Parts: sequence; C-alpha cells; structure tokens
Amino acid sequence: MPLDTASRFADPDAAYRLIVDAHRGLADEESRRLDAALVLLLANQIGDLEVLREALALSREAIAPAKAKAEP
Amino acid sequence: MAERKPVFQFAYRRSPDQDRREPVRHRVIIVGAGPVGLSLAIDLAQRGVAVLLLDDADRIGEGSRGICYAKRTLEIWDRLGVGAPMAEKGVTWRRGKVFQGSDLLYEFDLLPEGGHKRPAFINLQQYHVENLLVGRAASLPGVELRWRNKVTDVTDIAGGVELAIATPDGPYALRADWVIACDGANSTLRRRLGIAFAGETFADQFLIADVKMHADLPTERRFWFDPPFHEGRSALMHRQPEDVWRIDLQLGPKADAEREKAPERVRPRLAAMLGHDEFDLEWVSVYRFQCRRIESFFHGRVVFCGDSAHQLSPFGARGANSGVQDAENLAWKLALVLAKGAPQSLLASYDLERGQAADDNIRHSTRSTDFIAPHSAQEARLRDATLALARHADFAKRMVNSGRLSSASVYDTPLSTPDTERWQGGVPPGAAMQDAMLRRGGERLYLTEIVAPRFTLLYVQNGAIPFVPASVDIVQISATDRDPSVLHDEQGQFAARYDATPGSAYLLRPDGHVAARFRHASEAGIEAALSRACAKS
Repeated sequence: MPLDTASRFADPDAAYRLIVDAHRGLADEESRRLDAALVLLLANQIGDLEVLREALALSREAIAPAKAKAEP
Repeated sequence: MAERKPVFQFAYRRSPDQDRREPVRHRVIIVGAGPVGLSLAIDLAQRGVAVLLLDDADRIGEGSRGICYAKRTLEIWDRLGVGAPMAEKGVTWRRGKVFQGSDLLYEFDLLPEGGHKRPAFINLQQYHVENLLVGRAASLPGVELRWRNKVTDVTDIAGGVELAIATPDGPYALRADWVIACDGANSTLRRRLGIAFAGETFADQFLIADVKMHADLPTERRFWFDPPFHEGRSALMHRQPEDVWRIDLQLGPKADAEREKAPERVRPRLAAMLGHDEFDLEWVSVYRFQCRRIESFFHGRVVFCGDSAHQLSPFGARGANSGVQDAENLAWKLALVLAKGAPQSLLASYDLERGQAADDNIRHSTRSTDFIAPHSAQEARLRDATLALARHADFAKRMVNSGRLSSASVYDTPLSTPDTERWQGGVPPGAAMQDAMLRRGGERLYLTEIVAPRFTLLYVQNGAIPFVPASVDIVQISATDRDPSVLHDEQGQFAARYDATPGSAYLLRPDGHVAARFRHASEAGIEAALSRACAKS
C-alpha cells in the first residue's frame, strides 16, 4: 500500500499544533475553507493519485462511526 | 462530606528572633514548605548553607493534591536522603492506557528498559511527600522550620531583602541576603512585588476527586476520551497508596463549581464510572487550569522557584516535578556562589535553564490541555479526526495527546562545553545523567547511587587516570572485572547509554547534568569545562 500511515514527524505534537494555530481566530466557516484549501495543497504536494485515493478511502472509513455524532 | 482532619500537625514555636528590636539577618530564607521549598532547604543544608524555612500553615493534608512523582524527582530525592522512603511508600507505575469510548486505543510504557534504580513514576499523596521531606529537614541542623510564619510583605534593602511576617504572637521582621519564594502559584511574594504572571487560562473545568475503595486494577495511568460513563468529555484515573484513587473528570466550561463539588452530584458521576457505589469520598475539588510563568526567576535578591514562577495544567505531571528540578538547579549554584567558589553570574544560568524548562513544560501542558479540551468546533473536529484515525493509522496514535509525562530537562546553556568529538547518541551536554546498573566485587550498584552531588568525572578506564582538580570526584568504570575497586559495566549498560569507549569521560555538574564529555580526557580540557560550568569563563 503506497499510503504511509507510520508516524513521519520527529515531533508529531508540533505538527498538530501548527494546524491548530492556523485556525485560531477564524470563524467556523473560515476554518472549513482553510481546511479545503489545505487538502488541495497537500494533495498536489503528494502528486500521486493512488496515494490520494487511499488517503480518501481511509478518511471515510475513519469518520464513518462518528458521522451521526453532534459536535460538542 | 465531613470536614477532613489534617493528616499531619506541626507546632508553632516562638523564635528568639521575634523578641529582637532590630530585624535579625539570615543568609537564606525560603518561603513555603511545600515539596519544592523543602527539597531546596534540604539540598542547601546538605551543601553547608544554613536556611530558615517559613510556612504560613502548621499542618499538611488538605487533599492529596500532587500525586505523580517522576523518576528524575526520585533520583533528586535519593541525593536528599528521602528517595527510598518515597519509593517504598508510593505505588510505582510505568504503563498508561488511552481509551476512546469503551475501546482501548493504545498503551504506552514510559520505561521499557531495565538497569534503572528508580521507576518511571510513583504515585504518592502530596501530604506523604511533604511529611517525609519535613522529617528529613528536621533531622538536619542546617534547616530551621518555622510554622505559622506568614510573610505579609517584602521590601528590597541594600544587598538583601526584608520580610514582614505575621505569627500567632503578632508581627515581626526578618532580613536575608537571599529570599527564595517557594510559595506556590498564588505566591504572596510575587504579588507584593507586583510581578506579572502572564499566560493562558483554560475555559474548561475539571472535577478532581480522591476516593477510597478496594479495587483489583493494575497500577497504571488510565485516560478516556468520550467514555460511556462520561459522554463527550474526558476522564483520568490514577492509583495512590492506601486504596486511594484519583479521578479527574472534565466538566466543560459552563459547570457550576460549587454545585459540582456537592457529594450528591459527585457520587453518581463516580458510581457511573466505577460501576459501583462502594467508595468513600476523600477529597473533591473543581479546577480551571492555567499555564503561565513570570518573565524572570529573579527580582533583585528574591528568587522564584516552583509554582511561584510557573503554573501548569496537571496533564503530564509537570508541576511538582519541574519545581523539584528548579530547586536542585538553584541549590548547587547558590551554595557555590555563597562559598565564593563561583561568581554571582552563575545564578543567571538558573534563570536561563529553568526558564527553558518552564517554556518546554508550558508548551507540552498547553498542547495536552487543548487536545483534551478543544477551544473551538474546528479544534474539536481535528481532535476527533485524530482519535478516529488512531484506530487505523499509527501516525495518528502518536498525535493523540492525553498528557506528555514529565521527564528530565535538557539545557541549552553556556555552562555546557559543546561536543568537539564524534558521539553516536549517549548523553549530550545539558542533559541529565542516565542510570545504569554496574557491579563492584560481588555487589550490584546503580550509577545514580554512586555519583555524589558534586562535580564528578565518569571515566572509562584506559591507562592512567586523568588528573582532576580537588573539587571533582572521579568514578572509574571498566568493561572488564579485572580491577575489583573499579565499577564493572557488566551488562554494557553504561557503554550503550553513554556511547562510551575506553578513555571516554563525562564531566557531571553537581545536579547530575552533563557539563562536558571527552573521548580522551585531558587535564586542560577538564579544567576548562569545569571553569565554564561554574560561569568563570
């Protein structure tokens, strides 16, 4: 499987934090737009349709049980 | 819940200082007899500096409070003569489990390797910790402890500080060359000096409860995201000695703290979690967490140490553990400066090194708290996606943050001599020494037991012993057992952990942090590194 799901960051917390910080101060609708732009940028960076297809499939699988849940 | 009786009671005694017309001057006064102030007092006294320790109360035991004490803290307490009773009284643990809903998401092991004298963590009620430290402090002629001596004001004077103190017999004043503020997050000294304490307050509130019950559960840290017994929020559980269990429940930002503390509210919540109602409530409190620090650990001759200098959320057990590391960082430096063995500028490295540690602790503590209690709908989505992906992908497990647990600080400091030779790992300058099991004759010993709280050269035998100044101890280690007076690295743990080859040498500071390391130690190299570690060059 070409999608690499092993941890690739030396400091995963720092990567997570960078994403959190990018959204700070944005309205929820702006956050969703930021996410969409980020997905497209990262998809282009990957530049591999097969990897993208697997990433999308895994994302759908991961969110499946949580779909019905309301936001906190 | 009945009013809890204090667990340990001490007696106020009138001091002759209170009858003097002029304020008596002491060399060092420590304010606050918590784990940090007591550790500092013992350390300074052991280094020949007499200290006066003031505390506003005369009892210990209002709740268990800090319960998780890390390996590094235990190693420091070993040097202070209380490591063994702490470890005996505490329950030891190294594993943690993180659950989402009712499923186990992952497990971690904080100390998977052997050859360490002390475990990754012990859990012990703070009142036991303080009581053991008080016992040790009382046994030292260099420590005088005055209970119910409440500092009410502080003034800078020439080359020192004057304190106004309230006692049951009325007020009096004292002077000191140095005052160390170990008086906690609500530090009176910090407030009276008008020093800012800036940072972040988290909106979420947490219920903290200690329950007494018999339970046949392993001694490990358990954390839940969105458990069935407390939906949509988090829960944390720790074992303490004497059948006491610590439970933290996230309540959200809008909870009514007074109402949530009532036993009729608390008991059903805990019963839902535990699956039964057979427990006694020992202590309940509701908190809102903060992460903040003061800009400088010094204000003239007042030095801040522990929570008075930095406050953290509890996820990661970084509060008391960082405070004890503050104390040990300060103790050897202040003792050396007072003995005129180093210039006063050595103290600046306390502010630098422990400031770095505070920033690092705040960074970790903030990240954990934000993951557990997201700030916005977007952060909640990101967090929930991480948890959802963690069931499928290893990278996401690594991003799940239920608290990154306290470890020894590493300092980027001018006291270190940078490496000039090639090292493959090992313990770099600025990091704390690593333990290893060694053998001398028929006896097994740990390296942390052998190294005294002085400058020490760890030297791997290879011909003649390098010459070291009188202020440096030398500990010789060998890969063979040919010389029974030399420590034998029987299992190769020292060689592996220190990347040590014959002739390798590590110069340790009195706090056990690495000052310099050499492939082939020379007298000149050791002297230069020693001088640098004392801020003399």
